[in-house]
Amino acid sequence: MPGQPETGEPGSGTPSLTREDAAYVARLARIDLTDDELDLYAVQLAAVIGHAAEVAALDTEGVEPTAHPLPLRNVTRTDEPRPSLDRAEVLAQAPAVEDGRFRVPPILGEAL
Amino acid sequence: MTADSKSDRSSDKAAWEPVIGLEVHCELNTKTKLFCGCRNAFGDEPNTNVCPVCLGLPGSLPVLNIRAVEYAMRIGLALHCEIRPSIFHRKNYFYPDMPKDYQVSQYDAPINVNGWLELPDDSRVRIERAHMEEDTGKTSHIGGGGRIHDADHSLVDYNRAGVPLVEIVSAPDMRSSTQARLYASELRGILVATGASDGRMEEGSMRVDANVSVRPAGTFELGTRCEIKNLNSLRSLGRAIEYEIERQIGLVGAGDKVVQQTRHWNEDEGVTVALRSKEEAFDYRYFPEPDLVPVVPDASWQAEVAASIGPMPAERRDKLAGLLGPEPVSRARADQIATVVEHGLDGLVTAAAGAGVDAALALARTSNEASADPDAARRIEVASFVALLRMEQDGKLSATQSKTVLAEMLENGGDPAEIARRRGFEALDTGSLATVVAEVVAAHPDEWQRYVGGEDKLVGFFTGHVMRASNNRADGKAVAAELRRLRG
Repeated sequence: MPGQPETGEPGSGTPSLTREDAAYVARLARIDLTDDELDLYAVQLAAVIGHAAEVAALDTEGVEPTAHPLPLRNVTRTDEPRPSLDRAEVLAQAPAVEDGRFRVPPILGEAL
Repeated sequence: MTADSKSDRSSDKAAWEPVIGLEVHCELNTKTKLFCGCRNAFGDEPNTNVCPVCLGLPGSLPVLNIRAVEYAMRIGLALHCEIRPSIFHRKNYFYPDMPKDYQVSQYDAPINVNGWLELPDDSRVRIERAHMEEDTGKTSHIGGGGRIHDADHSLVDYNRAGVPLVEIVSAPDMRSSTQARLYASELRGILVATGASDGRMEEGSMRVDANVSVRPAGTFELGTRCEIKNLNSLRSLGRAIEYEIERQIGLVGAGDKVVQQTRHWNEDEGVTVALRSKEEAFDYRYFPEPDLVPVVPDASWQAEVAASIGPMPAERRDKLAGLLGPEPVSRARADQIATVVEHGLDGLVTAAAGAGVDAALALARTSNEASADPDAARRIEVASFVALLRMEQDGKLSATQSKTVLAEMLENGGDPAEIARRRGFEALDTGSLATVVAEVVAAHPDEWQRYVGGEDKLVGFFTGHVMRASNNRADGKAVAAELRRLRG
């Protein structure tokens, strides 16, 4: 349901979302946003969460949870090897390569 | 714990109870990866077992490996878990070991829940869950001595990315490093027995993380825990837990707080070092993996998998102990039994005992000699092994000769009687033995007088000479008996 969620109904008010909340979500997704964008998306995210709150308010007593929209289960393949890609072709796609491996920048944020 | 309670602020170890839970990742013994047909092989040339699926190329779609599901079910069944309908989630994070920027794992609907594992000391550790997930690629840090925070850059090999794993999460039910080691060791035995994993810690196919906290003895509320990583052997596991218990007791005993964090075990320095604070724990933004449908093993599939697994180590140990008789087994025998079961050589002992060989002898030769080369021992012909033990039991071979023949059988195979003949190992008959003993006695009159005078330790002297004179064909016990007979 696009657009603004309904407001004013008891128990289904639009949740408020701060600029800091929006900044946190943006950081998780590694998206760099301006303050104006954060304000804009805070309102939009609040609308999305408000919609989820409406769904959560429905009486689902006795309704089986939907695990997947497709009516399928146990889709599998046998454990038989298939050819992999040619390494030279794979590594040719990478920005940097060393010693048959993908070369990446030093990994930060793990150590104190 | 109350802040003003003096008794809580003690560095006395006995005043604190350690609480330990383990998370064990094991790689499954499948031929291919979890979601694609690339080979699951350790030690191949880097980035040779990769394809659009495990490289996360756009448009590629995962398809679940049925063998991996069955192995996960085997593990669940062996750990007395309930097998449940399960789904996969994406665990999102930005780290180059997964090219997709997410790892497919099971989150709130894992395939196995609520099991338990009984340890050889009869304690029981609850299993909270055992779920499926894919392994990540292997990252090597270049420069800065290979340490992650000093590295100049990193290199990634995606051969391991997508290899099927089962993660087994215990409840915080262990109370000592000894118990934690026992758990890891027993779990490894179970994984190997199910055929689902080879359980090799040194190759990283079984990886253990330990959650450790302490609380005042006699209380029930859990203390703040630290998770210890980089435990590459049972020995490291024990040492790291010991260190961490002492570190935490030191903190809380001095009135400080334990900070919830992930810590790295440094094997060389014997310490744990903080990696990252859990307060800033990554928010993984789990959501259901839309490209994979639910896995719902029905009763008949579960029964089929249950029928495909043999008895677990505890049951096999009980069976071997039963062969020894109704009395409780000694510690030494229990260790022999554990060794035999660990190497999967139960068949040698049961076959020999079934053929009338003394079970204690069969157990000793299997655990001490055959287990020295378990791969060879698994190839040895059971009938030949039984025949050898028969020869030893009937006195046709001395213990030393029997071990020599067994060593040759392990190396080259062959018929024990033939090997014994070739080596001149046929034991002396009683008459020849008496002759050799008499000759040796006659050649050493002084020693004989001392022996007759009561110096029993000279039995060893005479036995040694008889052995040399007979080219090791004499049986030590028979020599001692003959000496006693001559002394009268």
